[in-house]
Amino acid sequence: MTTQQKRSYAIDISALNRDDKKQGPIETCIKVENLDLFYGQKQALFGVNMEMPRKKVTAYIGPSGCGKSTLLRCINRMNDLVDGVSIKGKILLDNEDIYDKSVNVAALRRRVGMVFQKPNPFPKTIYENVAYGLRIQGINDRHVLDEVVEKSLRGAALWDEVKNRLNDNALGMSGGQQQRLVIARAIAIEPEVILLDEPASALDPISTLKIEELINELKEKYTIVIVTHNMQQAARVSDYTAFMYMGELIEFGETSELFTNPAKKQTEDYITGRYG
Amino acid sequence: MDNNKIKQHISRQFNEEMEDIRNKVLAMGGLVEQQVDLATKAFMGFDMESAEKVVQQDQLVNDLEKNIDHDCTEIMAKRQPAAFDLRMLIATIKIITDLERIGDEAARIAKMTMRLEGADFYQDKYYEIEHLLEMVKEMLNGALDAYARTDIEEVIAITGQDAKVDREYTSITRQLITQMMENPRNITRALDMLWTARALERIGDHSCNVCEHVIYMVKGKDVRHLSREELEQTVNEVR
Repeated sequence: MTTQQKRSYAIDISALNRDDKKQGPIETCIKVENLDLFYGQKQALFGVNMEMPRKKVTAYIGPSGCGKSTLLRCINRMNDLVDGVSIKGKILLDNEDIYDKSVNVAALRRRVGMVFQKPNPFPKTIYENVAYGLRIQGINDRHVLDEVVEKSLRGAALWDEVKNRLNDNALGMSGGQQQRLVIARAIAIEPEVILLDEPASALDPISTLKIEELINELKEKYTIVIVTHNMQQAARVSDYTAFMYMGELIEFGETSELFTNPAKKQTEDYITGRYG
Repeated sequence: MDNNKIKQHISRQFNEEMEDIRNKVLAMGGLVEQQVDLATKAFMGFDMESAEKVVQQDQLVNDLEKNIDHDCTEIMAKRQPAAFDLRMLIATIKIITDLERIGDEAARIAKMTMRLEGADFYQDKYYEIEHLLEMVKEMLNGALDAYARTDIEEVIAITGQDAKVDREYTSITRQLITQMMENPRNITRALDMLWTARALERIGDHSCNVCEHVIYMVKGKDVRHLSREELEQTVNEVR
């Protein structure tokens, strides 16, 4: 003990005052401009404007029917599949309007992956589920596929659990594992953006925490947009939060600010469980 | 400002829990006010009975602090409060720390009084102390009022009062020094006076802290460690 050097308690004070928020400039990935959406005659979105930053997690919260899933689905044009939908306004992905006539929707959806509330793996093996996206692009080289499957499963924090049973049917996995498999399938084709529509609402608390942990890791590489009914989940996983109500964007800002000191009364009433 | 804010939750039980916390804080505040008043008057009037009561009642203040702390922790664990609810709980936990310290200052004055029992001093009436007492009581009362009404309209007046309290304290110190030089036999009593004045001045500071926590609770602005001018400016911006 006596020979041990006296411990120094000198600390770097500048490190204590470092503001974590100010890490480089924020770059916009997705920009929504004056977006109106109609289901037939019924208007579901009213003049939505927002800019979602690259490699950050943006959460949409709001009561049922407020338009958050509708808005999310606009980002990879999933609403095109719904009859009678018409859209005004623009959504720019990397400054290109995704509703422009020249846009190839299949290519867009490769760039913007999506994961739904209920895990929807294909009734195939775990391996084939992840490899599917590459196979339909015509990539069948075993080495390439092996590599991508492992990388994607690792990326979705699933590799260690399934590496010895890659040829088992995916439907035999637990719900939480299936959801992470679907995320692995989405990241296998290296999208830029991942849309998550209530990804954890059908899962138990532990699986939910794993998904949340995964989201936190995925934002290093991808821009993530998540719709959730669970406000604490939005507060935990997101960097930015948008509160929507009756088809309008009421408030959009940094999550830390929105959950401690929201600017709008409607937001406050909603997140604190008050009568609106 | 809408002072029924804590009653509008969809969960009626949540309303009741928040209301309960507010009532307990106000009860604690009322008790502490009474302690300060009683202790200072006991000191001025050599009233041993009151002084003893203050020392005994300090335990009640301490118990309330623990009790309210526990309630706040429980609500946080149970309800994951956000926005105003979260700020109110955080502010409350800090406010009761300041209230407990004020209680300690009152107990300090009371203990000093009890030491004087049987001592042979001339019974001086030191009106500056009484004046100081009135000033800090007003501050404490205003701070608790602001908390009760979730209203920051008056807080600038309260924090402004603190500068006056500081001046009064300096002036009392100066006078006591003069007294001690003129009459060395009076030094013990003069020092006790000085400690009492010091305790009251600290109570003023704690009342200001309470005001700062109330501003955070109501407006979400952290105004601690600002100069008076900066504080006024911030409050005017958010008001």
